[in-house]
Order: sequence, then structure tokens, then C-alpha cells
Amino acid sequence: MQELLNDLLPNVMTKLPDFYKSVGETLVMLLWSGSISFVLGMILGITLTMTKKGGILQNTVIFQILDKGINFFRSIPFIILLAGLIPLTRLIAGTAIGVEGAIVPLVFGTVPFYSRQIEAALAELNPGLVEAAQSMGSGKLEIIFRVYLKECIGGIARGTTITAISLIGLTAMAGAVGAGGLGDFAIRFGYQRNQIDVTYVAVIVLVLLVSCIQLFGTYIEKKHTH
Amino acid sequence: MIRFENVSKRFEAEGHAVEAVKNVNLEMEKGKIYGIIGFSGAGKSTLVRCINLLERPTNGKVFIDDTELTGLSDKELREKRKKIGMIFQHFNLFSSRNVFQNVSYPLKHSGLKKEEINKKVNSLLELVGLSDKAKAYPSQLSGGQKQRVAIARALANDPHILLSDEATSALDPQTTKSILNLLKELNERLQITIVVITHEMQVVKEICVKVFVMEDGEVVEDGDVFQVFANPKKKITKDFVDSTSNLNKIHELIEKKVSVTELFPGECILKFKYLERSVSEALVSQISRQFHLDINIIFGNIELIGENPIGGLVSIVKGKREDIEEAIYYLRQKNVGVEVILDAGVIE
Repeated sequence: MQELLNDLLPNVMTKLPDFYKSVGETLVMLLWSGSISFVLGMILGITLTMTKKGGILQNTVIFQILDKGINFFRSIPFIILLAGLIPLTRLIAGTAIGVEGAIVPLVFGTVPFYSRQIEAALAELNPGLVEAAQSMGSGKLEIIFRVYLKECIGGIARGTTITAISLIGLTAMAGAVGAGGLGDFAIRFGYQRNQIDVTYVAVIVLVLLVSCIQLFGTYIEKKHTH
Repeated sequence: MIRFENVSKRFEAEGHAVEAVKNVNLEMEKGKIYGIIGFSGAGKSTLVRCINLLERPTNGKVFIDDTELTGLSDKELREKRKKIGMIFQHFNLFSSRNVFQNVSYPLKHSGLKKEEINKKVNSLLELVGLSDKAKAYPSQLSGGQKQRVAIARALANDPHILLSDEATSALDPQTTKSILNLLKELNERLQITIVVITHEMQVVKEICVKVFVMEDGEVVEDGDVFQVFANPKKKITKDFVDSTSNLNKIHELIEKKVSVTELFPGECILKFKYLERSVSEALVSQISRQFHLDINIIFGNIELIGENPIGGLVSIVKGKREDIEEAIYYLRQKNVGVEVILDAGVIE
């Protein structure tokens, strides 16, 4: 087995510790920026839905600011966002390189996309349910948590899965500017030194990661759809 | 119980305003079933939403008992709404919750313990006849069952008023009947005031005691269901009456010159209509005997409103001119409406 691996993946086997470290870095980036984006994106997505015309907290000013702000950040390509945010990243994270330095731009790249996913998921709610909840004396917070979020879990799970998977793509890109992780590993060895087996292994790990997330997302969605 | 004072509701949409409810004054007493009937766009849904302030009137005041709802804070209003149940045309059940969870939704924060909630929900499900469906999800239920769940949910906080917004319009006739019976039963058992909006005359006839007829945002006619429908004054009310009766088909038949409407000299087509309650005399036989007339009933339409027959007969009457005239006079004395639809003239 060991020999077979040595034959098939000569370059990977010689730098196993590096490989494990890069997998770890990818996971750390994913978890941190994922959790922060989950919270922020959820808040923004809910705010968008509630403040839009006909929403239960209709507020044109807040809606317009959020709507335009999200469009602005979504139109910047991630690789440019990475460079453009360096001063801000230094301010927040204390450094602009390494895993810590990658988290701020990853959050900025993910939150606008994720809040649109949440907005789309919440838009699927039948407005009659809000009316029914109001007629039963539910307050606004109750409507957000017990009606919108509860009824839309399926759609939210779908949007979260899509976002998490696109976030994996972004972490690989962040690797290119010195954040470490599988993307960095694949570029440094697989691309720059033409060690093709490194690229393959990195891809296989990413495919496994994506599949796990997709399976989990689909499971949650199924469980909550009746 | 429910009182509207000069209630108006305007919607502003892209520059032009629509007045959905215009200056409505009305009063509804406790424990009765009221109907609000009107065609689509008449403003009846908006009007009923002004009762629980899902739509806040632009003008006017809404009272329930002696509380002015329009003057309450948001929090007080939410408490009041718990005592006003509402059911909808498309049921509006929470699809991610099963039947039990749907019915228990309004009981959270009600101060009841878990066992008390269980007991309450089970008794509500029993009341609407769905005890065996507690674990089912709305997608597994039929339309009628969904509306029963919605009714149980609306009753969870023991409301004094139940608003029904076209609750039977998406159901087939048989299911409609069973839901209407359920509403009637609830009214009798719980003494709950029910306000039913509908565009179907059948619904009003079946369960309502009083009716408000709406057109263009205004209540154009109101009163006791029998009186309003026996003597409709406004055209719209007549249209509703006609919508369930075939008495006016006679005009079409005459136009098409169908053979039953071909008259011989000495015959005429008369329409008799009940205008009052309890017409129980054998009037047809009486006039036939008394005035020596041959009466051939072409068709009729008699239905019950509450316990009173409403409707009429279209018949060909044959006899001497003066006998026919006397018979008409006699019937009018007995409060039967008589209309001469076609007259073939006297026998030469």
C-alpha cells in the first residue's frame, strides 16, 4: 500500500506534513469565514426581506442602502477584493497574510452572496402565512423566527450549501495571495513545479469536501420539507 | 359587539388612490352569524380585515365590545387579536409543522403548561373531527381537512369572534357544506360570533342570520337574510338572488321560443314569488278552485332560508280574463309577488 502510494503520488508522499497542514488551513478558513458569514449574511438577508416593500418592517432607506451596498460588493471580482481590502484587513485582523489575513476578504466576498441567497429563500414564503400569524396575535420578532425562519429552513439549507461550496472556491483563491490552504499547496507544487499528482490530490480532497457539504445540505433540506 | 363608525380604507398605488372601503357604519351583535356578500373587488376582504386591523382604516373607528381597537397600542392590539380567530380561503397552514404543531402555534406564550397545551389541542382536534390526524402534515390532508385544522387553530385562544375570509371558496360543494355545518355547530356550542365573507349566495343562505351586501366599497343593503333576499332592493342584491335561482330563465326560454312558452289565447305566463315568511297555505289549489283556472307549473325554485321557503314558481295560467285578474289581486293580498311575464290576450 505504502509502495503503491509512493509510486502513484511521488511528490505528495514526500511532503505529507505540508499536505496535512494545508488541509487543516483550508478547514480553518472555511469554518471561521463560514460561521461569521453565516451570521452576518443571515442578519442582512432577514433585514432585506423585512424592510422591502410590503415587508413587516418596511423601510425604504435601510432597504436601498443594503440593496445597493450588496450589489456593489458583489460586482467586485474576488481577486481584486483580496488586494483592495488589505488595509482594512490589517486593521481588523492585525495582518493581511496567512489564514487570519484571509478571513476578512473571505467574509466580504461571501456575505453579499449569502444574504441574497437568504433573501431568495425567505421570498418563497407564502405571504398568507404572515397574515395568519398576525391574525393570531404574533409580534414581529415571532413572525421572523417562528414563521419566516422555521418555514424556510429548506430554502435556507439550499442557499447555505451553495454558499459554503462557493466559499471553498474562494479559499483556494485566497491561497494564491499567501493564505495557505489547499489552493496554495496545489499552486506552489502542482502548478509552479509541475508536480501534477499534487494537483490531483488537492482536487480529490476538495471534491470530497464539496460532496460532504452537499450531502449534509440536502439531508437538512429533505428533513424539513413536508 | 363589533361596531364600525365611518370606516374608510384607501390604498395609494403608484399615484392613484383606490378607496376599498367607503364610510361604512355597521353593528354586529354577539353570538350571531353574519354574512358579507359581494363580487370580487367589492371591498369585503378589506372590510373584514378592518375588524382585526390587519388593515388599519384610514378613517373611522372600530370597536369590539367597548374597546376602540383603532386606539390601542401594538401590544394591546396583539392581545386583542388572540380573541379574534380568522380562517382563510387558502387555509394558510404552516407546511413545516404537523397538525398538532399548527394548532398549538398560537398557544406558545399563553402561559399554559405543556400538558395543558396537549389537552387543549387534542380537544380542539376532536371538536373539528380530526383527532386521528395530529401527526399528519398539511400536504397529506385534503382541502376540507386543512380548513378544519385552520378552524381548530383559530379557536385555540378561545376567541369571541371568528372571521372567515372566503373559507369555502376553494372547496367542492360537499366539503363546503360540511365546513358550513361545522361553523354553525361552533356558533351554537360556543356562542361565538362568526363573520363570513363570500361571493357565494349559497353560503349566506345556509348559515347566516344577517347579511351585508357590498358593492364598490359600500354596504348597499343589509338586514335579515330572508328579508334582504326575498325583497332585494338594489340591482346587485337581485343579481345574487338570481345567481342561485332559475326563475329568470323564463325570459331566455321565451326569447328562444321554446315550445312550453307558446301560448294559446286565454293563457298567460305568471311568476309567483314568496315575499314573506311562512307561506304555507295551499294557494295554487285555492286559486285554481276559486277562480276556475288551469295552472300548469312550468318550473319552480323554492329553497329554505333558515326555516322559511324563499323562491317562486313560473306557471302558465289559463282562464277567463277577469278570473285571472282577480286571482292576481287575491294572491297579492296574501303577500305573494305576481309578475305577468307573457300574455297571449283574451279568448275571442
